[in-house]
Amino acid sequence: MIEIIVFIAASLMVLVGALGVILRTNPVHAALSLVLTLFGVAVHFVSMEAHFLAAVQVIVYAGAIVVLFLFVIMLLGVDKAEDLRTEPMLRQRYLGPLVGVGVLGLVGAAILVARSRTIVKSVEGLDTVGHDANVKQLARSLFSDYVFAFELTSVLLVIAVVGTVLLARRPNKGLQAAREKAGVSS
Amino acid sequence: MIAVANVTPTWYLLLAAALFALGCTGVLVRRNPLVMFMCIELMLNAVNLSFVAFSRTYGDIKGQTTVFFVLVVAAAEVVVGLGIVVAILRRRPSANADDIAELKG
Amino acid sequence: MLNVIWLIPLLPLSGFAINVVLGRKLGDPKSGYLAATMCGVAFILTLATYFDLLSKTEEERHHVSTIFSWIPVGGLKIDAAFLADPLSITMALFITGIGTLIHLYAIGYMHGDPKFSKFFIYLNLFAFSMLMLVLGENMLVTFLGWEGVGTCSYLLISFWHTRDSAATAGKKAFVTNRVGDWGFMIAMFLAFQAVGSLSYSVLNSAAEGGTLARSTGTAITMMLFIGACGKSAQLPLYIWLPDAMEGPTPVSALIHAATMVTAGVYLMVRVNPVIATAFTWAPAIIAIVGAATALFAATVAVAQNDIKKVLAYSTVSQLGFMFLAVGCGAYTAAIFHMITHAFFKALLFLGSGSVIHGMHHEQDMRKMGALRKLMPITAGTFIIGWLAIAGVPPFAGFWSKDEILLSAWAHPTNTGLYRVLWGVALVTALLTAFYMTRQVIMVFFGKARWEDHSEEHGAHGDFKPHESPAIMLLPLVVLCGLSIVGGVLNLPFTDSTKRLLSWLEPVIHFGEIEGHASAGVKWGLAVGTAALCIASMGVAYLVYQRNKIKAIEPQILADGWRYDRFVSWFMGKPGRQAFEAAAWADRTIVDGAVNGVATTVRRTGGVIRRTQSGFVRNYALLIGGGVVLMLAWFFLRAVGVFG
Repeated sequence: MIEIIVFIAASLMVLVGALGVILRTNPVHAALSLVLTLFGVAVHFVSMEAHFLAAVQVIVYAGAIVVLFLFVIMLLGVDKAEDLRTEPMLRQRYLGPLVGVGVLGLVGAAILVARSRTIVKSVEGLDTVGHDANVKQLARSLFSDYVFAFELTSVLLVIAVVGTVLLARRPNKGLQAAREKAGVSS
Repeated sequence: MIAVANVTPTWYLLLAAALFALGCTGVLVRRNPLVMFMCIELMLNAVNLSFVAFSRTYGDIKGQTTVFFVLVVAAAEVVVGLGIVVAILRRRPSANADDIAELKG
Repeated sequence: MLNVIWLIPLLPLSGFAINVVLGRKLGDPKSGYLAATMCGVAFILTLATYFDLLSKTEEERHHVSTIFSWIPVGGLKIDAAFLADPLSITMALFITGIGTLIHLYAIGYMHGDPKFSKFFIYLNLFAFSMLMLVLGENMLVTFLGWEGVGTCSYLLISFWHTRDSAATAGKKAFVTNRVGDWGFMIAMFLAFQAVGSLSYSVLNSAAEGGTLARSTGTAITMMLFIGACGKSAQLPLYIWLPDAMEGPTPVSALIHAATMVTAGVYLMVRVNPVIATAFTWAPAIIAIVGAATALFAATVAVAQNDIKKVLAYSTVSQLGFMFLAVGCGAYTAAIFHMITHAFFKALLFLGSGSVIHGMHHEQDMRKMGALRKLMPITAGTFIIGWLAIAGVPPFAGFWSKDEILLSAWAHPTNTGLYRVLWGVALVTALLTAFYMTRQVIMVFFGKARWEDHSEEHGAHGDFKPHESPAIMLLPLVVLCGLSIVGGVLNLPFTDSTKRLLSWLEPVIHFGEIEGHASAGVKWGLAVGTAALCIASMGVAYLVYQRNKIKAIEPQILADGWRYDRFVSWFMGKPGRQAFEAAAWADRTIVDGAVNGVATTVRRTGGVIRRTQSGFVRNYALLIGGGVVLMLAWFFLRAVGVFG
């Protein structure tokens, strides 16, 4: 019973947050709605005993990524509301939701059909004994079978950081000034 | 109500589908590139949710491992994407996704 | 040693690479020594390979060393492979040997030239290409070397490219060679079509096994012969060689006398089984062209006044002899003459270079004379070279030339034709003795005519020809020795003294045609030819030394039968019109088709490009629509709508 209540509450968080993201005209509000969704997903993770991912979800997504979004919004001063009443490409306004409904309908139908067709054996493969069972299992998987991919992600992150620094750097003006300054002082 | 009893994986999958559809719609109707990014995050979360649900159903930790990687890649993607957005918006403030159409044929 | 034959071409290549990078820094003369060392080490390696090959039985003297699979495309499989067999090693031996000598000589000759190191870059690149040519196991590797030597020849002829005539001569050589290359390429296509491979061993064994059709064999032979004509300066493609004398003299000696121009002969010998399968008129044509070229060039050489032009026409003439031998099926004689010719012609060229060097770059023989006292070593070695080329026994040239004449005389089939060719060759041999005597007398004997022209050389102060430095004389002396004893390679007395024949036996056993002549005929021919040659030298002595007989040097001979002028006229008038017609057809028909395709594509693209709106959301919508359609497809298939 408690499971159902948690599920419904968390799902409401998720869906309300998602609707907020796509309907709020102010980007700051959209970002805060996103936080709501991410927390909802984190709750789902907890209820599915994926504790580690829930923690990461909160720390990385809600903590880092959304903060990054907010930073960019404030840095660039693009926090003025977007006018959702006018749409320059009218096709987009009707076809966009249609695609969304199509995806939902088809995937939902597929899920329901699949449920009635396949019998999911209740496999008790995941170890739930102990308070850090989930973390241990995930770590074992990550550092044995997927250790190479894991190392690659570090490369990916480094490249992303370097690339972003290059992309977002002010074109040379500041750098040149700094160089001149250094040249004068030395 | 009590007869409904358990939360089955199907519920999670349906929720994920709804979340994905919402994100998808958002990308298509919103014009602010930052909000479009957020909608992409919604879609990624939908997929993560279904991965964890499957992981639990089949008792296989690999689903969660995949989610971990998705998180990392999403972080990298957001960093690069926001870098691009900053570079563009610095040159022309208040641009939205429709103003950037230099690559049209 | 056989497994590392790829080292042989690699050495000059590395010399080339080092000189490209460091040449300027090493400068004059170190870069020259580097290049010469590379060539010399290559010679030692070749020598080692030779002894390695010698220690094996006759059947085992065929070693292919594959470096990597170069072009594996479907049925076409070409390896970058080198072949060590008696023929290729013989060629490699005298290429690296004479090459080393000429490298040394060039250090002296090019001393003080502003582009000193560049000269050795080219020279090493040439040595590399030439070794690729002869060591290549298939036609494509050979072709690579073939083009490489062509390029180096072009670069070296126009080495002093600020001189207009040198630049033009380089271009002429290049263009003429391209005509020959066309033949080579067609031959490769034919060979691939016929036997599915470009490898010599496959092609030759197909010819030996009789699976190569006679007509195909003939076509390949003729096409290769066109290629050989271009490279080896035979009629009608010889025109580039006399002009090639614009290059520095070591180049003339190495490329345009000893090695590169013999590539055509080498190629013909290499595919001798194919020639043997061809219709008999194919080798006959080769023999006729060879003999005609020999006679033609010899007549022209009689009236030349440039010291190097005489030798150039003489080279064309001697190459004609080699092709005559190929046409007679006397491959040993061809290779034999190629080797002895490389000895004495390199010697003569280097000697002439020494004269030019001593005369402060004067090449006109009418301004020389009586140089023997001032340049004793040059004169002495040059005289040996003269005796060798004139066919005086026992010098090298006599033996090889005699063998060619004999093979023409004693040819078993088509006797009438080959007897005529023998006559032509004999006349050529007499003319050779004549014009060489003329040259020696004009340069080294008689009156010292350079004193009359000394005012032209005012910048030098007192003009006096001088002997060349030791590094230039050393190659002269070595080559002089080889010209004297070169004949021992293949003395005709008994089977055991025919060393070259038994050495080359595994390569040419299928194509070699043995002439039948009694010992008396052989002796008679040899003695008669030698006597006539000496008589011819005597006539020249009377004409040019004693002035007893008036010299006959008609202008038409000095102009090379006006062949050059004819080619220029032909290419200028009817040729040009033909080219313009072809260009018109190319513009309107070929280009029209191409442009038509392009226009169609452009118009279609103009319509389709409207879908590329540039709006990200538009693209996203299209992707989303595609996703929905795909989901629908999967879903409907899964629930069994499509059965």
